Amino acid sequence: MLFNSKLILIHVGNPSEEKTTTFQEILAPFFIDGLTVDIVYEPGKPVESILKSVDAKKIDLLILGALKRENFFKYYVGSIARKITRKAKCSVLLLINPSVERIKCKHVVVNGLKDEKTEQAIKAAFFVGSALQAEQLTIVEEITQQEVAININDDKSLRRANLKKEKLRRQEDSRINNIVEAIPIKHKKNLTLRTQPIFGKRGYSIGHFAQVARADLLIMNSPNKSGFIDRLFPHDLEHILTELPTDVLIIQ
Amino acid sequence: MSQKRNNIKDFFKALPKNIFSGFVVSLIALPLGLGLAMASEMPPIAGIITAVVGGLLVSFLGGSHVTITGPGNGMVGVLLVAVTTLGLEATYAAIVCSGILIIALGFLRMGKLADFFPSSAIQGMLAAIGLIILGKQFHIMLANKLSLERSLDYLLAIPETVIGVFQYENTGLVYAAMAGILALAIMVFYPRIRNKYLQLIPAPMWIVLLSVAFSYYYELIAQSPNPISAKYMLSGIPPAQEIVSQLPTLNFSPIGSFPFWISVFSITLIASIESLLSIKAVDKLDPQKRRSNSNRDLKALGLATIGSGFLGGINVVTVIARSSVNVNNGGSNQSANFSHAVFLVIFIVLFSTQLTRIPLPALMAILVYTGYKLASPKLVRRIFSVGKEQLLIFFTTLFVTLFVDIITGILAGVFITFIIHVLMNKSISLFLRNILKPNILMFKDTGTKNDYYVSVKHFCSFLNYYKLKQKLDAIPQSEDVVVDFSMCEFVDHTVMDNLNSYQDVFLKSGGHFEVIGLDLHGAESKHPFALRRLIPDLGLLQKNLTKRQTTLQEIADNYKMKYEAKEAEDLHFLDRFHFFTSKKVESIYNRMFNAEKTFILFDINYSEGEFIAKENVRTTMLHIHLNNQIPEFTLDREGFLEKVYAFAGYKDIPIENHRDFNKRFYLLGENTTVIQQFFDDDLVHFFESNPYYHVESNGNSLLVFSKERVAGIKEIKALYDFGKRLRDTIATTAAQPVLS
Repeated sequence: MLFNSKLILIHVGNPSEEKTTTFQEILAPFFIDGLTVDIVYEPGKPVESILKSVDAKKIDLLILGALKRENFFKYYVGSIARKITRKAKCSVLLLINPSVERIKCKHVVVNGLKDEKTEQAIKAAFFVGSALQAEQLTIVEEITQQEVAININDDKSLRRANLKKEKLRRQEDSRINNIVEAIPIKHKKNLTLRTQPIFGKRGYSIGHFAQVARADLLIMNSPNKSGFIDRLFPHDLEHILTELPTDVLIIQ
Repeated sequence: MSQKRNNIKDFFKALPKNIFSGFVVSLIALPLGLGLAMASEMPPIAGIITAVVGGLLVSFLGGSHVTITGPGNGMVGVLLVAVTTLGLEATYAAIVCSGILIIALGFLRMGKLADFFPSSAIQGMLAAIGLIILGKQFHIMLANKLSLERSLDYLLAIPETVIGVFQYENTGLVYAAMAGILALAIMVFYPRIRNKYLQLIPAPMWIVLLSVAFSYYYELIAQSPNPISAKYMLSGIPPAQEIVSQLPTLNFSPIGSFPFWISVFSITLIASIESLLSIKAVDKLDPQKRRSNSNRDLKALGLATIGSGFLGGINVVTVIARSSVNVNNGGSNQSANFSHAVFLVIFIVLFSTQLTRIPLPALMAILVYTGYKLASPKLVRRIFSVGKEQLLIFFTTLFVTLFVDIITGILAGVFITFIIHVLMNKSISLFLRNILKPNILMFKDTGTKNDYYVSVKHFCSFLNYYKLKQKLDAIPQSEDVVVDFSMCEFVDHTVMDNLNSYQDVFLKSGGHFEVIGLDLHGAESKHPFALRRLIPDLGLLQKNLTKRQTTLQEIADNYKMKYEAKEAEDLHFLDRFHFFTSKKVESIYNRMFNAEKTFILFDINYSEGEFIAKENVRTTMLHIHLNNQIPEFTLDREGFLEKVYAFAGYKDIPIENHRDFNKRFYLLGENTTVIQQFFDDDLVHFFESNPYYHVESNGNSLLVFSKERVAGIKEIKALYDFGKRLRDTIATTAAQPVLS
């Protein structure tokens, strides 16, 4: 509704009257608001069948429920959600706190990595952020230790490292600012924008930050699929997926 | 370029002080070096060679500022094993090999090596070394040379030796034992005597001086042979030329054997851990709060060790006691280390024959005291107050080290710590799942406050403390830091201990270091937190007030002030005073203060130095918070020592037209002209007409105290009165616009 889109429910299993009525009942209040629903029954293995219907229906956004680190769901999060996220050709939204009453999404965190897809992710973040009426958007620039490339031994090297960090931070800031300037005003006006450089492990630290900053939604680039090994093992996301600090939206 | 020239200028300005400090250090290094080398069954001169090579090389190549290098007490345990299993010549070869390994550690950036061990295990290991030293030397101190198999046997034989002393028939032995006991008494009682002339010479040197004087007395005045048995005199000090011409032969033949490499590895392990721990401790003492480059230091120490091995010395390590003596005597850069080596060379060249007049038992008493300090019951009590499980770790390491060897000991300590952590958390997966995760997030808050925020996830123990340390080290110490453990399920004692010392360093350099998010943890389980360690100590003070305390209460009532007997929580308001830059405030209690807390009289317990050079002082002070800015200065009574200091570069600021004041008082400060303006006639007259106090200003508050002991009731009243009148005088003085 918020995005003026069509909802497609994918159910892994055989179709039956009973199931259809259950779904209809659940969704009944939303039909009033003009929701269009399509229910797809896809028997087979969860991962493959979901992916198959994603392809078939040309889905733009796949929403998966996932629970944070609980033994029963660990299998699910650790395996199905991760596999789908890795293979899906569309954007994926992982919800860790699904609730009947929508909890207001106040704070969105998006990554600002130096990557071609970042621009898209930040744009999407502004779009989603304004659509969800979030109050704050934080763009997190992750700066890795390798970029600083100075080993801190004593006061002198500490000073050098801090100067280098400051320089990197300014570079990152200006890069992000360029992206932000291209965003249409109507997405920008209701959001408080903040940029935050963090120093830590790429992909992992942003999740940690989202948790610390009590973010409600974390928006990430999809892993880069340029190399064969990356396709096999998307390590950036891996960390986020194993710990799911908040709801995560992966932009494809 | 001007920066550089300034550095050179500063260096020369500080040089006299450093040479003086190097001289005092060499006084303690000489007997310690001889003793440590003998304790490891090496020729006594080896210790001096080590100190000389270390001082000359590390002062140029090292990466620290106020450390002193030389033979370390930790080395005794491992070298003893090496000498007995390999023989002397192969031990030199092992020392050279360990030097190479230490250089490699430096290049591999293993300066963090010491952070991988739980602190209780390290303490257990050091205590075991202390016991090994104590056990072996105790017998020599009482003139009963033994040769037993295991270090434990030596400890068990102590009662026998003590009984044996009363049965000596040979008077030579009786005298030898008496020399030992007397020397031990000097070591024990020396810190208790606060006489500055006596304190000018370190205790070990007093022992040397007294025993040399004793020997000369018999030779020249009594005209009879020294009554101490010749067997128990220091021997084997060759004249200087011989040391240079007769280098030891190194025996590299057992290089392929297993015991050789065991020795090399244990020597390397102990040498590097001892050095790293000392560097860390000395950095805390440095008044300028500089940070040492421990990797560079390791490389320098390794190189010096190789040199020392070839010349017939032992491992060069950074030593804590001598470094803290250096700091306390005003050493500020590596020229102190260099000059300590030069003075040692001078001593050996000039006095090598005199050294043979030192009785062995006296020398060994120094080591017995060192060993005792490493394994003192106080340490055990302190560890126990942290938690029972820490004591278990401590004793496991201690006993395994004593029964087996040092490497097994420390490994056992690590192992038992991990087991305890797993049992306490009832979960091994917490550790296994998260050990490799980068669990630390650090960022500089771009929001309203501009401080650093460090968040720690999962668990933080000795296993992954280095990650936290790496992040914390990247923060300048003058900044504000918040460390948040709210997402961290488990924090161990090692981490808390280390954070505590970070807190000290940050506060002293003007920053702020806060640990948050631990409130929930205590309730969940009984983790030992260094922060909570203080609680058990409080109980004693609160219960029954002593007579002095009740009188203080009455005085406070009379003067309409408040009185609190218990320990104060905020100890850091003293950090900004010069007097405390190289001292650590342990506790503040018996406070009397006015309603605004601008006028506080308190008893304080502070310590200076570390390890055997550590001294605890209790005294009474007065802290006055002023409403206006005044220049920073230190005022004390002028004495003989100050005149000595003057040679070493401290300058007394003269006040014009007040010859009497200049003669009687000693005024120090950075900004000469402002201070001269500030000390106008009124203030000078005030000081001239009142009793002497040490008065120090840090810009907006004053610290006043007199004796380095707790004041009596009468003295407190006098101090109160003096402080009050001083405040009034300064208020009128500062009211005039002296600070332009």
